[in-house]
Amino acid sequence: MARINSPAELEKFRKGILSKRDPHKPCIAVCTGTGCLALGAAKVVTAFKEEIKKKKLGTKVDVVDVRETGCPGFCERGPIVVIYPEETCYLQVQPGDAEEIVSQTVLAKKVIDRLLYVDPTTGEKIVRESEIPFYKNQMRHLIGNNIKIDPKSIEDYLAVGGYSALVKALGQMTPEQVVELVKDSNLRGRGGAGFPTGKKWEFTRNSPDQTRYVIVNADEGDPGAFMDRALLEGNPFSVLEGLTIGAYAIGSHEGYFYVRQEYPLAVENVTLAIKQAEECGFLGKNILGSGFDFTIRVHRGAGAFVCGEETSLLMSLEGKAGEPRARPPYPAVKGLWGKPTNINNVETWANIPLLINNGAGFLTSIGTEGSKGTKIFSLVGKVNNTGLVEVPMGITLGDIVYKVGGGIPGGKKFKAVQTGGPSGGCIPEKHLDIKVDFDELKKVGAIMGSGGMIVMDEDTCMVDVAKYFLNFLTGESCGKCSPCREGIRQMLKILTNISKGKGREGDIELLEDLSEATRDASLCALGGSAPNPVLSTIHYFRDEYEAHIKEKRCPAYVCKELISYHIDPDKCQACMICLRKCPAEAIAGDKNQIHIIDQEKCTKCGTCFEVCPSRFAAVRRISGEPVPPPIPEEARMIIRESKGKKK
Amino acid sequence: MDDDKIDKIIDKYPSDPSSLIQVLLEIQSENRWLPKEALKKVSKKLKVPLNRIQHIITFYKAFSVVPKGRHEIHVCTGTACHVRGAQRVLDTVQALTGIKPGETDQDLKFSLETVNCVGCCALGPVMVIDGEYHGKMAPAKSEDVLKNYE
Repeated sequence: MARINSPAELEKFRKGILSKRDPHKPCIAVCTGTGCLALGAAKVVTAFKEEIKKKKLGTKVDVVDVRETGCPGFCERGPIVVIYPEETCYLQVQPGDAEEIVSQTVLAKKVIDRLLYVDPTTGEKIVRESEIPFYKNQMRHLIGNNIKIDPKSIEDYLAVGGYSALVKALGQMTPEQVVELVKDSNLRGRGGAGFPTGKKWEFTRNSPDQTRYVIVNADEGDPGAFMDRALLEGNPFSVLEGLTIGAYAIGSHEGYFYVRQEYPLAVENVTLAIKQAEECGFLGKNILGSGFDFTIRVHRGAGAFVCGEETSLLMSLEGKAGEPRARPPYPAVKGLWGKPTNINNVETWANIPLLINNGAGFLTSIGTEGSKGTKIFSLVGKVNNTGLVEVPMGITLGDIVYKVGGGIPGGKKFKAVQTGGPSGGCIPEKHLDIKVDFDELKKVGAIMGSGGMIVMDEDTCMVDVAKYFLNFLTGESCGKCSPCREGIRQMLKILTNISKGKGREGDIELLEDLSEATRDASLCALGGSAPNPVLSTIHYFRDEYEAHIKEKRCPAYVCKELISYHIDPDKCQACMICLRKCPAEAIAGDKNQIHIIDQEKCTKCGTCFEVCPSRFAAVRRISGEPVPPPIPEEARMIIRESKGKKK
Repeated sequence: MDDDKIDKIIDKYPSDPSSLIQVLLEIQSENRWLPKEALKKVSKKLKVPLNRIQHIITFYKAFSVVPKGRHEIHVCTGTACHVRGAQRVLDTVQALTGIKPGETDQDLKFSLETVNCVGCCALGPVMVIDGEYHGKMAPAKSEDVLKNYE
């Protein structure tokens, strides 16, 4: 690829790309993000390519394109295929569907009904991607391009207007003007803390040291959150462009991508994007003839949650163990190798090209008083439409869960939404009308965090959730300061006892005391926010804690030590399904013989409960009361009446 | 792992201590564990004392100083998988393989690890074996999946 040396050359190059592209030409876009790949998207792509070869559609100057794109967000229904130019959206596409899609939809322009999205409320079938309720209720400025471009092709990015922001910043704005613009937009950091991005840039820029660094924090460690991964996998160039503009504004010539190695595809796509940007001259010396130099290196994280904390991340970048240090001095003053450093989250950087292209007003026109713009959330857990959703700040939590997320599956009852990862809190039903932004979430004891949103239903035990997060944090605490190391461990011990039925009076108060000490005395945000899951679950679900402690009962039937499974002899039809499926071989029975669970052998995995046909519903869960004794041997025979004859 | 390969990996990076984690990651992914000989070599070339390397490989989760089994099982225990029953899947996998997270069985058939989140929450609970994703796991289903590995 030829190096582009000036804005004029770029526009010429862009025109060249667009002239070769006919917007009316059919294109089959297949999502190949990690979610869809796990569902078999690679085989779907191969099937399409073979089909096109077979029908000789590729020979006539590329009549049909197959494009492997990034994640559009609707992971629940993957693999996702969108056929352009009609924008026909097919869900859960299998390799066997390729032939029909090519001959019917691509060539004959007919819609295949069975692959369409069906609105569960109206039963109506929806053809166009943008009209599916999951998408319709979103505002997709950042991830909207994911399904339109091949993340491995810089030409695709240029075709949708990529790098025009960099041209504008380098050519028409001074670095100070860029900083001012970001300040005016009130953009707040999307990594969790919500610190004003413009201010952070200004601090770093004003630092007297001339060697400065800019870093993309892509160590997305919150379990249940994958917004950053989708951006890096699906549109790495937008982050690169944002970072380059930031480097120009801050006066930095060296940047880093800190990506966790658990995201191999993101590492691959970012590395490739950097290579292509270098070849085109969007990175390197004298970018677009402006005299500005900038290079980027990729650093893979080696699996430590604490490295998402900025001072730990810096340690890790230097090749050391990722242990945090006290702030101040902030990285803006003393960061990587003691030099001023600006660290922003992936999503923050991705906002920058939008801002430059559209002005500060573009962001300030969206959102609430204190939080502007859109935010990507990963909506997961017990919700119908699992996936990534980009919504304007200030949308209500209820709208996210019900309008975008499609509510709770299986007719179960909503219990809570957990936001903000292990540092966040649980928000109960009574606060579903809360406006989602940085400040409102804090008021109800949760945080925005990086954007994980885990929906929980009546089958989720809140004591177990608190225990889960503390278990996670005990493992991830770096051990440097004792309030975090010991505080979390002691809280986990108490919670484990409660979940085992060994809870004592006063445990809740003790948890609250420990929470306070850990929060106030820890060195970094990991310990400082660790008590949040405990405090918020105690605050809203104290009754569940009390049921565990006083009645030795787990209301959600989760805590193993407090529950038992029992087969109701009056309902059991001796169908042998549970007996065969039980991994512990704990069920005794035979044809026509009522099954019995051996409580000694039972590992409480719940398989029997799940596989028992719903028309029998013979397996039941028991908590807080003794298991009925097994019925006598002679009563176990089932005598059936069939076809009028008595057996 | 032969010396040439290790040299090649080390030479790809600037030979100073800041490359340590990147070099170790690459050896780990190539060889699937970190033999002592390799570490000694890294120590010499990057001028990092062995005790600091030990600090790094015990601090970060990606590294292993023992050989791994033929098949690496990763059970996702991210929050989304957890609320959908990942613990019960993990319990079953432990019972079937006889090993706990972080361990390898004596026949070097399976190694078991938990991961914090693989980001396929729509498929939860997820189990990844040798890079292949198995979604919507349940205790009985995990048994069926494990049977396919020799």
